[in-house]
Amino acid sequence: MSTPVVVAEDVSFAYDGQPVLDHVSFEVGRGEFVALVGPNGSGKSTLIRILLGLLEPDDGRAELLGSDPAHVEDRWRIGYVPQRPFLARDLPATVEEVVAAGRLARGRWWRVPGKRDRDAVQHALDYVGLGELSDRRVRELSGGQQQRVLIAKALASEPELLILDEPIAGVDAESQRLFRDALTHAVTEHEATVVLVSHELGAVADDLDRVIVLKKRVLFDGPPRALAEEGVSLGVHPEDLPFWLEGLR
Amino acid sequence: MPWPFDRTFMQLALYAGLVVGASAPLIGAFLVQKRLSLMGDGIGHIAFAGVAGGLLLEVWPVWSALVVAVAGALGIEWLRRAGVASGDLVLAVFFYGGIALGAVLAGLAGAFDASIVPILFGAILTVTESEVWLLVGLGLAILATVLIAGRALFAIVLDEEAAKVAGLPVGALNVLLSVLVAVTVVLAMRVVGILLVAALMVLPVGASQAVARSFRGAMIGASFVGVVSVIAGLAASRAWGLVPGGSIVLVAAALFALAALAMRAPGRRMPPQPSVRTPTEH
Repeated sequence: MSTPVVVAEDVSFAYDGQPVLDHVSFEVGRGEFVALVGPNGSGKSTLIRILLGLLEPDDGRAELLGSDPAHVEDRWRIGYVPQRPFLARDLPATVEEVVAAGRLARGRWWRVPGKRDRDAVQHALDYVGLGELSDRRVRELSGGQQQRVLIAKALASEPELLILDEPIAGVDAESQRLFRDALTHAVTEHEATVVLVSHELGAVADDLDRVIVLKKRVLFDGPPRALAEEGVSLGVHPEDLPFWLEGLR
Repeated sequence: MPWPFDRTFMQLALYAGLVVGASAPLIGAFLVQKRLSLMGDGIGHIAFAGVAGGLLLEVWPVWSALVVAVAGALGIEWLRRAGVASGDLVLAVFFYGGIALGAVLAGLAGAFDASIVPILFGAILTVTESEVWLLVGLGLAILATVLIAGRALFAIVLDEEAAKVAGLPVGALNVLLSVLVAVTVVLAMRVVGILLVAALMVLPVGASQAVARSFRGAMIGASFVGVVSVIAGLAASRAWGLVPGGSIVLVAAALFALAALAMRAPGRRMPPQPSVRTPTEH
């Protein structure tokens, strides 16, 4: 495997004595497109928060871009789409303003954005299919379009690592297709590493390098075809995965 | 200057009001989006304790209010971040604690009488020239800070966690916003009084964001609404002998109502959005 960008080594974590992660270990190499799946309560979001340096593991260690996650320098190298439903209904902001907020990490936060920043914002918008809507108010967009705005915001700093926590739950087919295009563009054109937490992998089934199944521990870590051998098809029968995950409870 | 600003005291009131009307909504824009609209109110009540403490210690009340308001704002932010209690409960503790402490200190200073009314509801018509210059200085400081830190504060408003991951100094910027709120409260204290101080931070923002096309536009529009409220409120108070602080806030409330009605006009409604998911994930 290529140089690891994300490392979890025997990571354990508990909320009020209730174990959520139990000796979780895996690595993600540069340029890999990895899906992290698991039933509700399996510890996916907690693991993501540990990998991002937002939580300290009780035991074990995590590494991000070769550093302790809380002390990564040049944090623009990380693009993050949190598990967040939609932007506030009363937010008086344009699509461009929201996406430009993701560009702040690229340089001193107080500096005035230049042409290169504006170009990067427009580029990110183009790649989620919202290039024509940059002047629109975000509150006028559909849920799927708002999700793509948040993905464009994460792409705006031109990150080397993109971590997305349930980014396309409940969005329409068109948004899922454009979402897939944006991720494959990040992987192929920008050589970014992508870690995608999602139950809905149908849109990206053909592009994934690996699937990691988590239920407190890592239950499966391998390519989608190996998962297919277990009877779980991500692309042809997208409903297989949710059913299979349900059975893991 | 033409009527109603033909007298010196009205001109000073106008200058003071314009500074506050233009700068308070700049800070309010961030508070409204952070769902902390009442923070200005809470800090206003803490500032009351500062004013009363100043009266007791025979210190210029504006300075004592500024010190206590900044300390209170930092306390609120610290408790909010420490997760000791929810944001609104923390505000409530400071809200009631501040007003209670102010009442006790005002009593000890022998000022628990009608002389408190201008503190509670403002006394813009008695503003002096030196106070106007102080307000101009504080107003410029607010404007400069918003120009420099506004983009980062907006990123935090959008998503605090994502801003943290991106490496923005979220804690320091939240503290900065709290200090700005305290400064704004003290700034607005002489104009509309402690009980109405938050109104000038929030109502113009509510009016503006209902029709604004962008966050920047909402901030500029809110400043404009604040300025219009001050001019119209002062004019109304001169014309009909009304209390100026209350008149200013009533104009701001009327403009908010007009903007809300405009938003309800056919063709202006927002499209329905999917319901918000409940975060059940670990």
